[in-house]
Amino acid sequence: MADLKQLVLGRKDVQDFGDTEAEMPHDLMTVNMGPSHPAMHGTVRIVLTVDGERIVRSDVQPGYLHRCFEKEVEHATYTQAFPYTDRLNYVSPMINNCGWAMAVEKLMGMTGQLPKRAEYVRVIVSEMSRMTDHLTCIGASAMELGAFGPFLFFLKAREWFYELLEKVSGARLTHTYVRVGGVNKDLPDGFCGELAHLLDKTGPIIVEVETLILNNKIFRDRVAGIGKMTAETAIATGCGGPILRAAGVDYDVRKDFPYSIYPEVEFDVPVGTTGDCYDRYLVRLEELRQSIRILRQCIAQIPDGPVMIDDPRVALPPKRDTYNNIESMIRHFKHIVDGIKVPAGEAYTFVEGGNGELGFFIAADGTGRPYKAYVRSPSFVHLSTASALIHDHLIADVVPIFGMINMIGGECDK
Amino acid sequence: MSQKVLDALSAALPHAVDRTESTHGDEVAWIKRESLVQVATWLRDDAAMAFDAPVFCTCIDRLDWRPVKVHSMDPPPPKAWTEDQPRFEVCYQLRSIKHRHRIRLKIAVPEHDPRCPSLSELWSAFDWQERETFDMYGIRFDGHHDLRRIYLYEEFVGYPLRKDYPKEKRQPLVRRDDLPINPLARERGGH
Repeated sequence: MADLKQLVLGRKDVQDFGDTEAEMPHDLMTVNMGPSHPAMHGTVRIVLTVDGERIVRSDVQPGYLHRCFEKEVEHATYTQAFPYTDRLNYVSPMINNCGWAMAVEKLMGMTGQLPKRAEYVRVIVSEMSRMTDHLTCIGASAMELGAFGPFLFFLKAREWFYELLEKVSGARLTHTYVRVGGVNKDLPDGFCGELAHLLDKTGPIIVEVETLILNNKIFRDRVAGIGKMTAETAIATGCGGPILRAAGVDYDVRKDFPYSIYPEVEFDVPVGTTGDCYDRYLVRLEELRQSIRILRQCIAQIPDGPVMIDDPRVALPPKRDTYNNIESMIRHFKHIVDGIKVPAGEAYTFVEGGNGELGFFIAADGTGRPYKAYVRSPSFVHLSTASALIHDHLIADVVPIFGMINMIGGECDK
Repeated sequence: MSQKVLDALSAALPHAVDRTESTHGDEVAWIKRESLVQVATWLRDDAAMAFDAPVFCTCIDRLDWRPVKVHSMDPPPPKAWTEDQPRFEVCYQLRSIKHRHRIRLKIAVPEHDPRCPSLSELWSAFDWQERETFDMYGIRFDGHHDLRRIYLYEEFVGYPLRKDYPKEKRQPLVRRDDLPINPLARERGGH
C-alpha cells in the first residue's frame, strides 16, 4: 500500500512499481461470499472455489432467514396465517395473501363463488404487488451493476405504489389485506382515480429507465450472455416466472391455469429467446407494462358490490350486529378464537407470484388450524439453480445472476 | 381434471400403484416405495405423460392426525392415524408443461425406517427439495448425492417439522468441531 500511495502522489515512477516477484497463486482458492454481502440482496452464503477469477465450484447455502413459517402456521388459525404470508416475499405480500386465501377457499369448495368485486380487488392489489416486485428487482440489480439512476427512479415509483397500498390496507409493507372469502375492507374512496394517475406517471419512468440501461454498453456487457439457461433445463429445474419465460417457454400460471378474473382481462406473456440475464431483465420490464395494462382494464371493469362472500363459515358478522346481538357475538368469538373450520382434506393451489409459481399445499383436519402447511416458494427453487448458473463464470458475474434470480430471503428461507 | 393420467398409470404399472384418488381437483397416486423410481421414470419418459416439470417435494407427518367433522351433518371424517400405519407420507408433485396435466405421488414411509428413494437424479429440482424434507422431517433419500441439512445448521438435533418437535423448543447453536462446516473442505479431509 505504501508503494501505491507513493505512485498516486507522484513520488514514484511507474517503472519502479513493478512487482515481477509476485506470482499468481496456482492453487484453487476458497472464497466466502455472504451471508451479508453488499452486492447481493438477501442473506445467502456462497462458498466459491475459484481458479483465479473463474468459479469452478460453488455451494449455495440459504437458511439465514429461516423462521419455520410452516411450523408457525400449523399452530395458528387460518386467518392468523395471513401476517406470516406477508413476511414470505415481503416485496409483493399481496400475492402471498391471495395465494393462501385461495388455497383455503379451495379446501372449503368456495373457488369461483367469491363476489366479482372481491376478485377484482384481489387482482388489482396483486398486480400492484407484482409491479413493486419487478420495480425492486430491476432497480436493485441495476444498482448492483453500478447504475444508480434506475434504482432511484424505480424506487420512487415503488414508493408511490406502497403509499397507495397503504391507503388500501393500512400498512406499507405487511398488508394482511386479503381474507378467506374476500378482502378485509373495500377500496378507499377515489382509489381508481389515484391508481390511474399513478399508472400514467409510472409509464414514462419505465421508458426513462429503459433509455438509461437498455443500450448502455456497460450494462449490456455485464448481463448479455451471462447465466444462460436453456428451456429444457429451466423446466427440469422447476423454474417459473420470468426466468422460465426468458428461456423461451410460454408458461404463465395466469394464462395456463387461469384463476380469479384473469380470463376476463387481456394481457400478453413476454417470452425471451436466449435465457440469459439480459432476457430476464427484458421480460421483467415488459411484465411491468402488461401489469399496467391489466390494471387499466380492472379500473374500467371493476363492478360495485360486496368484497366479502356472504357465507357465515368464513365471514365475520357485521360489527354492528356483533355489538348488538348475542348470536353474532358468539359467531364473532368462535371465528376469532377457534378459527375458520376447514373440512378435512388436502389441496395444492398455486398462483403466479412476482418470481414464479407460488404454491400453498395445505392438509386440513377439520379444526381451525391447518394440520400441515407447505409453501412452494419460487425463490428457493430458483436459488437451487444458482450453483449451475454461476459455474465457469467470473466472480463479478455472480452479482447480475443473483440479481436476476431475485432471491427474496423471506420467501426462500421460509 | 387429469383422471386419465391416473388411469394410464394404473394400467401401465399396476404392481407399483397401491391406490389412486382425486381430491379437490388434485390427482393423487399412492406408490409402493420400492417402485417409486420406476414409476417416476415412466412418468417422465412416456410421450403421453411427459411430466417434465417438478413442482415440489414435501412430507406429511401423521402422528397427530385425528380429523374431526366440521358440522354434525357432515359425512364421517377420514380415519385417524394409528400406530400400525406408516407415520410419514412423502409427496411429490409433478406437472407436464407440454400436456398441462399434473399428478401427486405419495409414498408411505414408516417411522422406524424413514427412507425414500431419491428422484433428484431424474429432476434436478428435487435436489434441494429433498434436502429440505430431510432437514425438516428427517426422511433419508436413498441415492441423493449430497443429503445435508439446508436451512438449519449441522449441529441441530431433531427435525423441527415433525409433530413431536415442540414449537417452543429453542436450540442455541453450539459449535462442534467434529462436524465439517464446509462441504468442500470435507472432501479434502480438513475443516
